[in-house]
This record gives sequence, C-alpha cells and structure tokens, in this order.
Amino acid sequence: MRQASVLAVLACLFPLAMQAMDQQFYISFATRVLIYAMAAASLNLVLGYGGMVSFGHAAFFGAGAYIVGILAMEGVTSAWLAWPAAIVVAALAALIIGAMSLRTRGVYFIMITLAFAQMMYYIFVSLKAYGGDDGLSLPGRSTGFGIDLRGDLVWYYLVLALLAGVLYLLHRLVHSRFGRVIEAIRENETRAAAIGYPVYRYKLLCFVISGAIAGLAGALVANQSVYVSPSLLHWIQSGTLMIMVILGGVGRFWGGPLGAVVLLTLEETLSGSQMLGAYSLYWQLPVGVILLAVVLFAPQGIAGLFSRRRGARA
Amino acid sequence: MLELRKVSKRFGGVVATDRVTLDVAQGEVHALIGPNGAGKTTLIAQISGSLGVDSGEVRFLGEDITRAKQHERVKAGLARSYQITSIFKRFSVLDNLALAVQARSGSSFSFWRPVAAEAALFDEAGSIANEVGLDRRVDAMAGSLAHGEQRALEVGLALATRPKLLLLDEPMAGMGPEESARMIALIGRVRAKVTVLLVEHDMDAVFRLAERITVMVNGRVIATGGPEQIRADAEVRRAYLGDEVVA
Repeated sequence: MRQASVLAVLACLFPLAMQAMDQQFYISFATRVLIYAMAAASLNLVLGYGGMVSFGHAAFFGAGAYIVGILAMEGVTSAWLAWPAAIVVAALAALIIGAMSLRTRGVYFIMITLAFAQMMYYIFVSLKAYGGDDGLSLPGRSTGFGIDLRGDLVWYYLVLALLAGVLYLLHRLVHSRFGRVIEAIRENETRAAAIGYPVYRYKLLCFVISGAIAGLAGALVANQSVYVSPSLLHWIQSGTLMIMVILGGVGRFWGGPLGAVVLLTLEETLSGSQMLGAYSLYWQLPVGVILLAVVLFAPQGIAGLFSRRRGARA
Repeated sequence: MLELRKVSKRFGGVVATDRVTLDVAQGEVHALIGPNGAGKTTLIAQISGSLGVDSGEVRFLGEDITRAKQHERVKAGLARSYQITSIFKRFSVLDNLALAVQARSGSSFSFWRPVAAEAALFDEAGSIANEVGLDRRVDAMAGSLAHGEQRALEVGLALATRPKLLLLDEPMAGMGPEESARMIALIGRVRAKVTVLLVEHDMDAVFRLAERITVMVNGRVIATGGPEQIRADAEVRRAYLGDEVVA
C-alpha cells in the first residue's frame, strides 16, 4: 500500500514538474506509458496469474482502439458511449477467442491466440472504409466528463485516474477467492480440477476480464494519438506487451506497469540517444540484451528485485 | 455406493479397461490390485471423471454419473488422490488445503473480498492438516516437504473436499516402512467416516486394510472377494500374487 501511495504521488507531480521545466513533450510521453501500463497489467493477469501465455493480446487492445475510431467516424464521440463499447467489444472478442483457444494447452495455446490476433489484424487491414492499411485519423479526442480532453495535462490526469482504478480493481481481484483459484490453476491445473473447480470456466472468465481491460487501454491509446492503425493489432504489438510483462515481473502485481515504464523509457532514450549516434536506429539491440539479462538473472522481473524474499507479493 | 457396469476405455489399439464391472459398498475399504499396466489408474480416472468412458455406465449413490463432469462428481462426494504427487508446490500447506475447502464452500466467482480474511476456510484447513499429521508444517511451502509429508498432503487435499468416497491411487508409492505405517494408520482413521477405494501394490497394507479386494489383469477384473478368498484364488495367484504371498 505504501508503494502504491508513493507511486501515486510521483505520478501526480510528474507533469507539473515537466511543465515547470517547459518539457511538455514528456507529459504526452508519460500518458502513453500509463496506457501501456494498463494494457500490460491486463496481460499479466492472464499470463502471470493465470499462466495462460496469450500471444494475441494486441487483438483486444486494437479492437478497443478501432471501436473508438470507427464510432468517431460515425459521429459518436461521447466517451460515455464509445469507451464502454470498446470494453464490451474487446470482452466479446476475448470470449470468442478464449472459448476456442482455452481448449488447447502450452505451445498450441500460444499459437492459436497468435493466429486469432493475426486474423483480426487482417480484418482491419481489409476494412477500406475505415482506412485499411493506412489506418484512421480521428476527428478529435472523445468528449464527455464535462471537460475538454484536448489539453495534455487534463488528458494525463484522466488516464492516470483510470489506470489507478483498474489497478485497484486488479488488486482486489488477485487477492479474492477468484484470484486464488486462478493462481491454483496456473500452479497445477489437474489438481485444481480434482478438488472440484470447473477449470475452463475460471480460465475463460479471467481471459475475458483481461480482454476487457485491454479494450479500455485500446480506447485510450486511440485518443492518445488521435489515430488508429492495424499495427495496433499486429503480433509485434502482442510481443511488446509480453516483453513488458517479462521485464516487469510475470505474476507480480506491479510487473505490467513497471515493464511498460522501463521498456518505453528505454525506447525513448535509446532511439534518440547521442551516445549511440547513428547506431540509435538499432536501439532494440541493447533492449534485447537487457531482456536476456532479466530472463537469466532476475526471472521474477524488475518487480522481483524489489521484494525482499521469494514468494512475497506486493 | 459406486457401481461400474462394463466400463471400457481404449487408447488406439490398447484396451486399458475392458468391460469392468465393480461395486464398492458404503463404508468399506475396497482394494483394487493388479500388475503394472492392468488399467487401475485408468479406471480411477474414469471414476473421478477426468477420463471419459468409451462404453459402460458409472453410477454413484444411485445416480448415473457416466457423463458428469469432474467438478460435478467432486460436489457429489467423489474425490481422488494421485499416484504421482500432485499438489500446489508453491503454495503453503495451509493454502493448499484452504483451496480445497474453498472449492466446496460457497462460490469462488467472488472478485472483491480478500480470501485471506475468510477465517473459516483456514480454520478448517488447519483441522485437516491436523488429521493428516501436518499440523506442524502448515506454513511450509508444499514443495519443500519431505516425500512422505507430500503424500500426506496429497491425501489431505482429497479429504478437504469432504468426500463420501475416497479414491486413493497408490498412497504408499515410494514410501519407506515407517512412512507406510503412518499412511496405513491414516487410512485406518479415515475409514470410519469415508468409504475408500484403494489402489495399492503394498500387499501387506492391502490385506491389513481391505474388506474386499478386486483384482485386475490386462484391463479386466479377474476376481472380487474377501482377502481370504483372493489369497486362495488360483487364477489370482498365477496372474499376480504369485510367490509373494505364498512364501
């Protein structure tokens, strides 16, 4: 709880500090980090807590973004309509994809979630009415909340509030009865079934909750860049979310958010780095080395380095 | 209590269980013995519902459960333990047992209230730990327990579901004489409350505990009867018991 308060205070002060230093760009960058923190946290719920290695999480993220984009094109700009719609559609997509994928295990599950996500990717590529390959520029940010969301500062704080809400919800969830069952299934699915849990139902519901949160993150990312494109659903996007979770800590409460902060900060600093000069094009190389180091030396991720002992959960 | 009627399972060309007919009566300890590969574990899986039947019928407490899902059978009072220890290794002993208690007490589609605040779950888990002799190990990580202790937890997990019929698949597998004696004592205590179907290779334990014995060979039941009857059965001696009991 203390960690959370410290982080909350830091997150609240950050944009004010940036404004004081006249570095407005970083407010927008930080908002993007917060949105990816939400997406990564949603993936960590299925991957880390549920042990379901979904390699198609971008499908729900992208679906949420496209719903906001498409509705905006059709004149529906109210956040009160568009964002819940994004959540519901992403949850439905997760229900359908999950219902089929969760009948498989291991590598087959990874491959089938990947395949479904790529199918969704090609569906949006072929939607010529909504930009197809080129993506879709939104007329503007969603409206609602009685405030103008165009200002970077207002937008930052709204996203921060939503992320805080989602993280609180997830915190309750993973410590509830449901959360315990999900972790038990990750640990030993056969035994969980043998003591009387309908395992498939729990996994599917977990998958749907995770998809719904990814959909909200998608709705936010569409507003963040006022633009959506099929690349949001591409498997590379799924991989990026997965890297965030692994960096931050698989099955660690702060794993998703930490991973998002670290990966996006590395990308931002390395890709524009003076030190690397012309080689800054290859910023992914040092990121790869860091990822390897984390996997080899800190399998609990960055969040694992903070907790005093193994098994302790923040 | 449990009635199997011509239950079969075929894996490709191999017939694992072949028209098995078996009755377990309320209150008894019924042993299921036979050489390796006889189909005992397959039959346990078919009774507990993790494996379907190709043909035949499974009835429990008078109800046809042939098509019932595993979790429905657990609710009805049918629980199993595994030959190869299957526990939640990275959970504490108490958490292991509390999870099993949670499965039958109230809905687990509960997303808000912290489970750690549910004292009743952990109280009951503690009393089961006591019952299986793990009361001093409740806070230990299950994976760190000694083999014999893990086997006790294995049985404890099944007991925590409060079964009417307990399916024990080789509870003494890999145990030394001292641990075996402890397990025999545990089954001896449990039998007062629960009917037991016991798969076991330890003939000493089988003849000490069982009221009735069923012998399986090559997927088929070749004999059922009291311990004396089984000991005397010529076909059983030839197929399985052999010199072990004669000597």
